[in-house]
Amino acid sequence: MRADPAEYRLVSPGNLHAVLSLMAGEPAQWLPIAGGTDVMVLYSAGKLPNRKLINIWNIPEIRQIEVFPDRIRIGAACAYTELRRHEIVSREFPLLATAASWTGGIANQNRGTLGGNIANASPAADSLPALLVYDAELTLISVRGERRVAYRNFHAGYKQTALAVDELIRDISLPRRFRGYVSHARKVGARNAQAISKVCLAALGQIANGVIRDVRLALGSVAPVPLRLSETEHMLIGKNIEPSLIAAAKKSVVKEIQPIDDIRSTARYRAAVAGNLVAEFLEKLAAERARA
Amino acid sequence: MNPSPETGAKCEVLFTVNGEAKKVLAYPMERLLDVLRHDLKLTGTKEGCGEGECGSCSVLLDGMLVNSCLVPVAQASGASIVTIEGISAHALMRPLQESFLGCGGAQCGICTPGMILAALHLLEKKPEPTLADIQEGLAGNLCRCTGYMQIFEAVARTARRSVAE
Repeated sequence: MRADPAEYRLVSPGNLHAVLSLMAGEPAQWLPIAGGTDVMVLYSAGKLPNRKLINIWNIPEIRQIEVFPDRIRIGAACAYTELRRHEIVSREFPLLATAASWTGGIANQNRGTLGGNIANASPAADSLPALLVYDAELTLISVRGERRVAYRNFHAGYKQTALAVDELIRDISLPRRFRGYVSHARKVGARNAQAISKVCLAALGQIANGVIRDVRLALGSVAPVPLRLSETEHMLIGKNIEPSLIAAAKKSVVKEIQPIDDIRSTARYRAAVAGNLVAEFLEKLAAERARA
Repeated sequence: MNPSPETGAKCEVLFTVNGEAKKVLAYPMERLLDVLRHDLKLTGTKEGCGEGECGSCSVLLDGMLVNSCLVPVAQASGASIVTIEGISAHALMRPLQESFLGCGGAQCGICTPGMILAALHLLEKKPEPTLADIQEGLAGNLCRCTGYMQIFEAVARTARRSVAE
């Protein structure tokens, strides 16, 4: 059943303080809407539980990308197009820029926001593994004040987040210390644009003295939340990349993930592809070592 | 825009559509697509999937390509909107139209307004797009007739002609 617009409210307070006051006044009643690429889909299908919406698309405080010497701060309502165009994001955070280019098509990149993707908390979102490997930190804001949460602690379970009912994500902060890393982003899906991933990988690695000095691996669509592969990383650090290590890494990946069968793929296929993507990255890292 | 005081209240939305100032009275959550088609009778903008997957309802909102099925009309308050009806005088329109015709880029026609707007949006930013640029620029617009090759060729031909002129 299509939604009847007469049953919904949408208000546009126009500044962050007014948005937060409204959310605090009636907790859990107001659903923020930025570019609408998730909210409007549910709304049109008649599946949006909220009847009160609050426009955050026109809030300048959350639409800027600020560059500091040690980090960049991305306003939660920055759209994917803005991320792709940003010089520092493209140069120093290529995994995020690449994931932005896979998200929807151009029209959805013009409206879809990074904060929206985080709050929507789909384990299949293409940009979220990149945030995990870049050690993103979120600033959550409410009338009660601000607090910082490491992104890796933000998703508590399937579609569950650390956001309190009166809180908004204000910005996403990324430390600028991954410039020297080899990076690798891969999406496996029916097609890059529009289609949701069967599996996607964001990976960073660094070789020193012939062994892996640091490695960071995160996968989408293989667990109830975007997943950092901490055990596999731990197993790889300090090792020389050789075929036996790659084989062990593939086994470890399969142990760490919890893939399911759904309309897009099967658990078995996802497990095989997840291992292969990590293996592909390790081969790339080994090739970089050989060139260096 | 005036915030609607309570459920069920319409609000006045002022915006520019194809260069003309317009005022409509609408529920704030009405889709821009429906306001364009029903209130303003601009039926060149089509509805395909209604969930932002197919691009048939593409319009330009302050110069940006958007799916009008995903825009609540209240968010278009104060904006400048261009629909397929509004680009007849655009310098690229005639070459685009001729190339789509010549290459067989339009068949049933439902995707065509969105394809043309996405192509225009691309060519304004990249007057000499590669095939990969064209494929990416149109990746959010689905066509069930042509198989896409004719559309890609139409956009490439338009670019070659415009650059040559």
